[in-house]
Amino acid sequence: MDVLVQMMANAPLLSIIIFLPLAGAIIITLMSPARTHTIKWFAFWVSVVTFGISLFLLAGGGSFEHFSHVEQYTWLPQIGVSYHIGVDGISLWLVLLTTLLLPVSILSSFSAITKREKEYYILLLLMGFALAGTFVALDLFLFFLFWEAVLIPMYLLIGIWGSGRRIYAATKFVLYTVVGSFFMLLAIIGLYVYADSLGHATFDFIWLRSHLAPPELQTWFFLAFFLAFAIKVPLFPFHTWLADAHTEAPTAGSVLLAALLLKMGGYGFIRFCLTLFPEASVSAAPWVMALAVISIIYGALVCAAQTDFKRLIALSSVAHMGFVMLGIFSFANTSIGQVGATIQMVNHGVTTGALFLLVGVVYERRHTREIAQYGGLAAVMPQYYNVFLITMLASVGLPALNGFVGEFLILLGAFRADWALGGLATFGVVLAAIYLLTMFRKVFHGECTNPENRKLLDLNARELGYLVPLVLLMLWIGLYPKPYLGAIKPAVDNTVKSVMRIATGSISYARSGEKAAAVLAQVQPAEPTGGDA
Amino acid sequence: MDYIYLAIVFPLLGLLVNGFFGRRMTRRAVGTIASLAILGSFAVSLVAFFDYLDAGEAARSIILLPWISLPPLEISYGFLVDGLSLVMALAVSLVSFLIHVYSTGYMADDDGYPRYFAYLNLFVAMMLTLVLADNLVLMFVGWEGVGLCSYLLIGFWYKRAAPSVAGLKAFVVNRIGDFAFLIGVFLVFWLYGTFRFTELRQSVETVALAGHLPITLIALFLFGGAIGKSAQFPLYVWLPDAMEGPTPVSALIHAATMVTAGVYMVSRMSFLYSMTEVAMLVVACVGAFTAIFAASIALVQNDIKRVLAYSTVSQLGYMFLAAGLGAYWIAIFHLFTHAFFKALLFLASGSVIHGVRGEMDMRKMGGLAKYMPHTYWHFLIGAMSISGIPLLAGFFSKDQILFAAFTSRPGIWPHAGMVLWVVGVVTALFTAFYMFRQIYLVFLTKPRFDTDEIHPHEAPASMIVPNWFLAVGSVFAGYIGLPALFAGILSLPNVFQPFVSGALAGAGHVAEAAHGAQELIKEVLTTSISVVVALVGLGLAFYLYQVRYGVTEKLKKAFAAPYRVLLNKYYVDEFYNATFVQPGRVMCEQLSRAVDLGIIDGIVNAVAFVIGALGQILRPIQTGFVRNYAWYIGGGAVLLVILLWLGLGAK
Repeated sequence: MDVLVQMMANAPLLSIIIFLPLAGAIIITLMSPARTHTIKWFAFWVSVVTFGISLFLLAGGGSFEHFSHVEQYTWLPQIGVSYHIGVDGISLWLVLLTTLLLPVSILSSFSAITKREKEYYILLLLMGFALAGTFVALDLFLFFLFWEAVLIPMYLLIGIWGSGRRIYAATKFVLYTVVGSFFMLLAIIGLYVYADSLGHATFDFIWLRSHLAPPELQTWFFLAFFLAFAIKVPLFPFHTWLADAHTEAPTAGSVLLAALLLKMGGYGFIRFCLTLFPEASVSAAPWVMALAVISIIYGALVCAAQTDFKRLIALSSVAHMGFVMLGIFSFANTSIGQVGATIQMVNHGVTTGALFLLVGVVYERRHTREIAQYGGLAAVMPQYYNVFLITMLASVGLPALNGFVGEFLILLGAFRADWALGGLATFGVVLAAIYLLTMFRKVFHGECTNPENRKLLDLNARELGYLVPLVLLMLWIGLYPKPYLGAIKPAVDNTVKSVMRIATGSISYARSGEKAAAVLAQVQPAEPTGGDA
Repeated sequence: MDYIYLAIVFPLLGLLVNGFFGRRMTRRAVGTIASLAILGSFAVSLVAFFDYLDAGEAARSIILLPWISLPPLEISYGFLVDGLSLVMALAVSLVSFLIHVYSTGYMADDDGYPRYFAYLNLFVAMMLTLVLADNLVLMFVGWEGVGLCSYLLIGFWYKRAAPSVAGLKAFVVNRIGDFAFLIGVFLVFWLYGTFRFTELRQSVETVALAGHLPITLIALFLFGGAIGKSAQFPLYVWLPDAMEGPTPVSALIHAATMVTAGVYMVSRMSFLYSMTEVAMLVVACVGAFTAIFAASIALVQNDIKRVLAYSTVSQLGYMFLAAGLGAYWIAIFHLFTHAFFKALLFLASGSVIHGVRGEMDMRKMGGLAKYMPHTYWHFLIGAMSISGIPLLAGFFSKDQILFAAFTSRPGIWPHAGMVLWVVGVVTALFTAFYMFRQIYLVFLTKPRFDTDEIHPHEAPASMIVPNWFLAVGSVFAGYIGLPALFAGILSLPNVFQPFVSGALAGAGHVAEAAHGAQELIKEVLTTSISVVVALVGLGLAFYLYQVRYGVTEKLKKAFAAPYRVLLNKYYVDEFYNATFVQPGRVMCEQLSRAVDLGIIDGIVNAVAFVIGALGQILRPIQTGFVRNYAWYIGGGAVLLVILLWLGLGAK
């Protein structure tokens, strides 16, 4: 075992994680489309092996305060592009979430997908490839390539294997996202030109973050990146692509969309916007926080009116990702909000991913997403009821489950940054309970009157196989988040500290002893305690 | 005392065993495991109690594991063992154990037997987490946890609509309170930098900020949580509906777990409340108002459990009244005695319902005393205790609340004490009346059901035996915290007050105990009034429902309007429905349809449409014929030349 760990520690782990699914996809192209059984299991095992390898990122007990497992090779020297990848506490869990959810979504598709399986599993593996790349790219050019590469398989997944208005949904998804990406591309080129003007033509994130653009330029760059990321998150009012895309996508598509694609936005904010445009980020913070709070409240209210099972869960992401955005832009003398946002991205991936999987379970049996078509399922599918209950409660943010840890930290941080917005956002916890519990009641409670529901089968072994790990994660992160937070905190701290140092200069970063005194000093303005309060 | 966490672990183990294997085990095994788990909690609490006495009653804070650790933010699985938490843990586990035993009989024929006991165990585990936590956030875990369990258990019979809706209502209304509670928690952290009670207490008491706005805000926001959890006005509406759950669950919610959480929290945070007179007065006034408001509703209800539900709301009001006056130990004392007699009343009412085949309408009962003598005695003892009949548990605790009100002089409104006392006395009158109205209607008047159809029968031993234990508690629980007057007469010192007081803030403006002769006279006076009031209430019920049986029908007609208002519970549910629920629903639908799909998505699609339309307009240009493109190039070149020429000319 030690030998294996040693060997893996020296291997280019991140590249393996990125390219193994790609290699798997290429191998599947060589298989005969008729051999669906082989294709499914091959895709599954490729993703499982990738997940297994990705776990070695944690081996060796390395710290994720700075980028580790860094690989850098010159790629296009003419324009200063390099293949530069690395992982730190911010991206670590997103990478692992990607490698975990890939086998989960493949396994969940075994019986749901019955046409063109070969192409389907190729595209799922390509998704894994592009998503992992997005989360580890440290070169803006490379990042943009992966970012856009995610769109293609998702477009096809929705467009071919989706339901109902799938073409409309797929087109809307791609066009909407591309509009945002276009502005981001302009800003990336802008950054490149700026770097060139300093005599160092590069797209390299590490170089750029130590050579920040002047504040006026930052504002424009920030706005361009903001649009791309805000659409992806999605932040109100850029969210309307989401409901259609999620609703029409096949189950695995929805899972990846909610769990990982939305995270690309949140990750982009914390990795690129905060680090590269600290001044612009801090000055935009009140506005972004306000939009985040609107997303939380508005998203929840809209959810309450949904009659479509999947659409409701899709829109719940607007509210939940609102919390993430709120945390990222909660600038104060603490990084609690940003740490909360980072862990909450993982939580949302696990929880909402599981919710989509659960909807997929009954959709596969009944082929309807109308909540009204269900009712009384608790008696018919007790296992399903239990798994759904825990997942829903995690989504509601019940303490001792994962959602609480993230929401609590985010709100605590947000409250420090702006008590009014933080307080308003806290009301989101009431609304989440209303729409999720009401939906739960309609689906599970009552007499099971519909004869079609009465003969529904409970979860089978395969379904339990991909749901139970997610439930265990909800409990683990909820009860003992220490390993997760321990890896996240140093990296986030670095980011937030540099933002605060650059953007506000004078505000010192709080340490344990100073805090109470600093806060008390603010409470009692009558006693002047120094110039920096 | 490091083992105190086992008190929480045992019920959790019970949950796991019954949750995973319950359906493959016999009912006897399921019930036994669940009950033993709670007995284990009680044993752990008891051992801790004796260790605590041995250790000279020094509070101990035990940190088991870190939970959320982001220095300087440190939240641990930490437990606080002191007089207050031990009293709570003992009362919660003992009463819960008796309710578990009772449930093995009451739920014997239910299909969801293992599920029931799994939830029940979780409920107790969460309540013990709440009372043993050494910090606000872990307390919040229990706080929301009991909310979850109430949701699951109130809605236990989920196939029927009413319990399902009631469970949802309980959870949502509780969450509204929790929202306020969370804000209080955030304020605490940013003001004091810690969530731990011991550290908080130190900070609060050393950094004197008494009367400062942030402290008042913290106190009020946290109290908002208590209003939700402990069913105070205006968030009490979930509790009466909670009786849709199985009756032992009502007993658990109303007596041992859940609703007492708010009173406990205010007492636990008493060091903070004592710093803010405004918040204290709010607590006292909300408590007093809720007490009389709920008691007045209980006067006319016909459902046997609904009367008890409103009586719980009312009694919780008493507890907050005491806490708001700074008499925290009395609040906890009343909580303690109330746990016995309210559990007894609910379980006895469960036996009644069990014996008359599910009937809950008291108008269809009567004369049951001879069919179920044990249950009659249980109910009678519970009723006497809650009504303040002298020398029973409820008498001593309630009497001291009224005495505290009588003697208190809050600085910002000195007459408040007297006003609150009057409210409390009237509530006591109501209480005695509605409890004995119930005794007469259920047990003593002649039967109003078809005796050929229904043959009432006594409950089985598994239900009777636990009730006798509770009955003993309802009689004698008061003797450990006697008021000075009785402590002197009976030479039984008050051991309860010193035991819990270490954890509580000083009593502030309330007289600590009757010392001088003047105090003694006041005590004799208020006690006499309390006794008279209780007897008047009892007598009135006797007169209206026994002596002049049937006269109430005339009274209903004579006072039709007020009667209808009370019967319909002041139309509060209807009011909430009309002002919040229905408009909220319409608003959500409008937001979804008109704003989200109409405006926001409309704009998105409009932009796409405009771009598409522009494309359509420009499309004929792309003919694909080379000669056309040659024309465009030629024309463009000419245009460019002209423009350049014009430009040069202008220069």
